[in-house]
Formats: sequence, structure tokens, C-alpha cells
Amino acid sequence: MTVILLFLLILACLGAWWLLRQGVMSKPWLETGVDTVQPGSDRMSPHLAKIGLGVFLTVVGSLFALFLSAYFIRMAYADWRPVPLPQVVWISTGQLILSSILLQIAVIAARNGDRTATKLSLLFGAIAALGFLTSQLIAFGELTSTGFALTKNPANSFFFMITGIHGLHILGGLVALGLLIADAWNDGPVERVILRSELCATYWHFLLLIWIVIMVVLIGWADSFIAFCGQFLP
Amino acid sequence: MVDVPTPLPPDVPPAEVPEVELYHAKSYWTKYIFAQDAKVIAIQYSCTAIAIGLVALVLSWLMRLQLGFPDLFDFITPEAYYQFVTMHGMIMVVYLLTALFLGGFGNYLIPLMVGARDMVFPYVNMLSFWVYLLAVLVLVASFFVPGGPTGAGWTLYPPQAILSGTPGSAEGDLGIILMLVSLILFIIGFTMGGLNYVVTVLQGRARGMTLMRMPLTVWGIFTATVMALLAFPALLVASVMMLFDRLLGTSFFMPSLVEFGEQLQYGGGSPILFQHLFWFFGHPEVYIVALPAFGIVSDLISVHARKNIFGYRMMVWAIVGIGALSFIVWAHHMYVSGMHPYFGFFFATTTLIIAIPTAIKVYNWVLTLWRGDIHLTIPMLFALGFIVTFVNGGLTGLFLGNVVVDVPLSDTMFVVAHFHMVMGVAPIMVIMGAIYHWYPKMTGRMYNEAMGQFHFWVTFVGAYAIFFPMHYVGLVGVPRRYPELGDPAFVTQSVDGLNAFISLAAFAVGFAQIVFLFNIYWSLRNGRDAGGNPWRATTLEWQTADTPPGHGNFGDELPVVYRWAYDYSVPGAPEDFIAQNDPTPVSQAEPT
Repeated sequence: MTVILLFLLILACLGAWWLLRQGVMSKPWLETGVDTVQPGSDRMSPHLAKIGLGVFLTVVGSLFALFLSAYFIRMAYADWRPVPLPQVVWISTGQLILSSILLQIAVIAARNGDRTATKLSLLFGAIAALGFLTSQLIAFGELTSTGFALTKNPANSFFFMITGIHGLHILGGLVALGLLIADAWNDGPVERVILRSELCATYWHFLLLIWIVIMVVLIGWADSFIAFCGQFLP
Repeated sequence: MVDVPTPLPPDVPPAEVPEVELYHAKSYWTKYIFAQDAKVIAIQYSCTAIAIGLVALVLSWLMRLQLGFPDLFDFITPEAYYQFVTMHGMIMVVYLLTALFLGGFGNYLIPLMVGARDMVFPYVNMLSFWVYLLAVLVLVASFFVPGGPTGAGWTLYPPQAILSGTPGSAEGDLGIILMLVSLILFIIGFTMGGLNYVVTVLQGRARGMTLMRMPLTVWGIFTATVMALLAFPALLVASVMMLFDRLLGTSFFMPSLVEFGEQLQYGGGSPILFQHLFWFFGHPEVYIVALPAFGIVSDLISVHARKNIFGYRMMVWAIVGIGALSFIVWAHHMYVSGMHPYFGFFFATTTLIIAIPTAIKVYNWVLTLWRGDIHLTIPMLFALGFIVTFVNGGLTGLFLGNVVVDVPLSDTMFVVAHFHMVMGVAPIMVIMGAIYHWYPKMTGRMYNEAMGQFHFWVTFVGAYAIFFPMHYVGLVGVPRRYPELGDPAFVTQSVDGLNAFISLAAFAVGFAQIVFLFNIYWSLRNGRDAGGNPWRATTLEWQTADTPPGHGNFGDELPVVYRWAYDYSVPGAPEDFIAQNDPTPVSQAEPT
């Protein structure tokens, strides 16, 4: 459970820092009136959707941290045979990076008021994400046909399951991105397009980060680090 | 540190709050069925949770029929008994307690108590309820599929949970699959709701409502929601992996097995991995249920003893501390799984450390009562019942948290008695107290006092009649999960009589809950008019313009908060409470 505990430790530190800034050391029974309230400590910025997305991404992070924890525990058993990653995952990684970059360009374009550039980069970002999903399906097929099917070995099962769940998250993001593209194409309000682009881009960057962590783990670069941590934790 | 209020900062923003756009329901359907108003969603959540909870109550009666009077009822086969145990446990823990505390009380109280018009994402909030309802329906469907619901025990341990010997898991049975699918749906639905509760507390607070001015109820629900958002994914991961094992034939949890002389396709998997994932959710779950109860009970005690809560800051820190600690104790449920002794030592230590913040809370409740003006109203009775029950259940927790004491007691009825006291009876006491406390606000009418008294005393005395003897039954060695004891040499005869007694007490307690539901229903029409603030409480939900609060909660203008939630019996104040949105400084108030 090393991965999830590390994840939670980071969250706990952030939470403690935030709580201290929010005045958990104050003595509310002595402080009456609105004027004694530090400005901003009664409510924060008005960006509800961004805070909401942040909380949601924390939950997603927790989910993948738990999948990876299970991966490392199961890995220690004798029947584990690592999967040779098919070459196509490098292409899919490239597509996801490209998609993330394009969405960031869309955000910048939207902020600058360049509608055409926004529309086009959103569209190509979505196409790159679809390409990512297609490459992943090709990778699944390639593994199955070369004798690394889902049930042959737990390493294969984890590869299919974790990347599959990641793909589902991309798919869910594509629904939101699709709505955004429709909105941008119908010349929706500028503010809304900017906000939605920012939300989509943030989601994409986060999923890219998770994808990179997954790749590092699946390739095996994290093994020795985890083995080291595993001495201290179950 | 000097106890003086901080001086005014010069650049105070104006005391207005920007109005939010509020969704306005246009028809009966969008107002009461596909509602986006948190208060309606709260009632939908509560009714669904109580309805499925009644199913679980009946299941517990059936179990007690078998344990108290073995072999009297032919339809309670061992298979059926396992199904009752499993469904009773899962429904009570997840679909009743979690849903009622967070979906029910969270939805109703958070916006009202922090001074918001509604949850911040009302549409997502609505979806949350409908996904929850779907999860409940999938769970209920498992009663009607071939093979019936799963009988794997509420912990669903593999490998037995998906092997053909377990009810609901044979070839062609759907019980275990529906259970896992229902859990996955529940978690998705909860995540939608949880986002709302967290972001509303973070962003939706009224002007002046700092974190440290929030009532402890909101602190409890908020912290429990954060924990649930981080812990439920563990159950999701476990459920998904078990579905893979069952449906696709992977071997995440399944070791090599021979069944009926036949080698199964599984091999090499780790049942212990499931236990780690399950309890990584399962232990925080205890506190996901307990923290809202802690918060609510603090408020009930303060209001009905007319005294400010003792050690408010300490209470907040304890809630947050318990929440954080509860993530590093999960393996104390696994002492008998063959873990390394050092790990047992580590988890026993962390488990006992949790007793410190918990004990702080108990002391603070008692010290709040000390020399308070205690009104023995029904909510107060339930709050007092909670404190006693929680202390009793918590003390046996100290026994079970120690490896050497736990090993002989593991899997006996002692464990069953312990966790029913601490996370069954205790939180349910708070739920009852909270329903009585907020019923006047939700309906505008008062409950029937006589029926309430009957309900409390039968429930309280009855719960002890059930669970005190059960500790003894466990101590003499009766194992849990056995549908029938037979006549083993190691168990004394007295157990049979006790089991029959426990069963009779269980029927009485169950009957009292029906009186409670009748009271709720009867008082809707016949209760006396309660007025806006019958308890003379300080928190914002009692200061609304209308009772029950209308759409948007606070009429034309959102409240501005001038003080903390516990100004009771303030010397020099004209009344024995000062509402949170009362701007009058106490020193200027005329003494009466």
C-alpha cells in the first residue's frame, strides 16, 4: 500500500497547511463581528468549477494510487511475468502529450480571443485523444495475439485493467470536450468557452501525468524504489 | 498567548454576498422528483436509505429467529442465513448509514448551516441521488435472481466469495455480480454527492462564516466526506478486480484451487491483497459513519444543555486528527491473516493512538454537560444514549485493538457485539436524535413526545439487552457467522437461553422503530406547530424566514455571520442564546 500512503501523506501535508492558513488556531468564541474576520477566510475564490474539478482529480488520483498499490503487492508473488510493452504504446504516449499541448494552446487562444485557433486546437486535441484510444486498442490486440492475453498472467491483467480504466477516464473527458467543441463552434459566450477550455486542459494534463506514472511503473523503472519502500510497509 | 480579539483589518470587504443563479423548478416533476434542491434530495436520500434499512432490519430478525430458536423455521437454511448476514451487514453499513449521514443529513444541513442557498452543483447533486437509487435497486434485484443474493459475508472475502459453494456464487448465479455492480454504482453516486458537500463547505459559506465558526455538525460531515472520497476508491478497486476475477477469469485474488476434484483455471492470486484493499476502505468507513455522528451529537448536547461546547477548537482538531489517523489502522482487522508480527505491533499502536482524540471528544461532551441547564428532550436523551453506548463500544475496541487479546476473540460473537455497539447502535442513536431535533425544521411541526419517549427507552434498554449478553456469548467461545451451534462441548448451556433472550430483545427494539416511523408520519399532520426555532438554537438553519425553509433557504437576503455557533447562556445577553447572524455585541445588550 506504499503508493496510496505516499499519496495520502502529500494530501495530509497540503491539508494541514491549508487548515493553518484558514485559521484553525483562532479562538472563535472571542471573535464576534464580521470585521474581525480576515478578508478571504470566510470564502475563497469564486471559481467553483475549478475547485470542484480539483477535488474530483484528487479522487481520481486516489483511485490510481490504489490500483498501483495493488499492482505492487500482487507483483511480489511468484507467478508474476512482466509484460513486454508493445511499441505502439510509445505512439499513444506521444498522442496523449500532443493532445494535452493542443488543449493548452486552445486555452491560450481562447484567452486571447482568437476563436478560430481555439476551435481548431480543441478539435485537433480531441482527434489526438481519439488517436490515443485507438492506439491503446491496437496495443491490446497486439498483446492478445502475441500470447499475452488478459488471463495469461497477472501482469497482463493489470496492464489491461489499469490502462483500460485510464482509457475510460479519457473517454469521459472526451464527452466534456465534445460539448465544449459544440459550444465553441456555436460561438458560445467567451467566458464560458475560456472556463471550459481551462477545465478540459487541466483534466487532460492530470490524466497525462497519471499516464506517465503508469508507464514508469509498467516499464519497471519504479520497481527498485517500491521494493525499498516495501521494507517498511505492508 | 493573550486572549483578545484581533483588531479590525482596515480593508474589510462589504458585507454583501454575490447572489448565485438558482435553478427554479417549473413543474411537480422537477420540484419533487427530479429535484435539484438539496433539501428535497436530502429527503429522497433519507427515505430510500430508511426503506432499504427496514429490509436489513427484517433480515436481522430472521437471523435472530434462527439463532434464538434453531431449527424452528424450515425456510432459514444455512445458505439463507449466510445471505441474511451478508445483506444485513452491507445494507446497514453502506446503503443506510453512509447514505443517511452524508446524503441525507449532509444535503439537508450543509447549505442551511453554512448559509448557502443550495449546494454548489445542484444538477450533479440530483444525479448523485439517482445513481444511489439505482445502486439500491440493483442490490434489491439480487434477492430475486436465481440463487438469490450473495452469502459471502459483508466483507466479501475471496476466494470463497466467488466460488460455487457460496450462495449467490454458483455457476449461473448473479448474486455476487449484482453486489459488486451495486457497490460500484454506489461509489460513483457518492462521489458526485461528495464533490458537492466538500465544495459547498469550501466555497458556499455565508459572509463571516469562517471555518472555525462552522457548527461541529458541518465539520463532522465535511471531514467524513473528504475521507469517503479518498477511501471509497479502495472498495471500487477491490470490486472491479473481483469482477475481473469472476467474469473474465483473471487471478488477482484467486489462488490455485481444486473444487469438486477439478483444478480451477485460477492460480497464484492473493486473497490477502483483497483484505488490504477492503479494509483500506473498511476502517475509514467506521469513521465516515462516526464523525458525522460526533459532530451532530456535539450540537445536540450544546443546544439542549444551553451551554457552549467545551473545547470547540479541540473538537475540530480531534475530528480532523481522527480522520487522518483512521487511514493508517486498517490492518487491525487482519491480525489473524498471518501478517508479520512487527506490522501487528505497528497497527496495534496506531489503533490505540486513535483512542486519544476520541477520548478528548468524550471528555468534552461530558464537560459540556457539567453544570449545564440540561433539558431531557428526546434529542438529548438520544445524545446521552450515544455517549454511553459509544464509550462502551469503544472500550471493547481497546481489547480488540491489541493483537494478543484479539487473536482468541477474533471471529467470535464478541466482535459482533463490539462493532454493533460502536458503529451500529451508537450512530443510529445519533440519527434518531438528529431526526427528532431537526424534524420541527423539516416539517414545521413537533413530534409526539409520548411516542418519542417510548421509542427512546425501548431502543436504549433493548439495545443493551441485545448486545451486553452478546459479549458474554462471544467470550465463552461462540463463533460468529454460524447459523447453528449444535451441541459442542466447549460452549455452556447458558448460551442457548441467552440467545433466545437476545432474540426477544431484538424483536422489541425492531418494533420500537416502527413506532418511531409511525410517529414521524402521524406528526406530519397532527403534531403541534413548532415555530421557526423551537429549541432556541443559534445556528443558521433555525433563523430561516420560512419553516420549513423554502427554495433558496434564506428568503431575499443571505445571512451574515457575526459569531460562532455556540453562544448559549452568555452573561449579559437578553436571551440565553445569541443567533449566529445576530450583529448585536453582547456588551451593549441590555441585561434583563
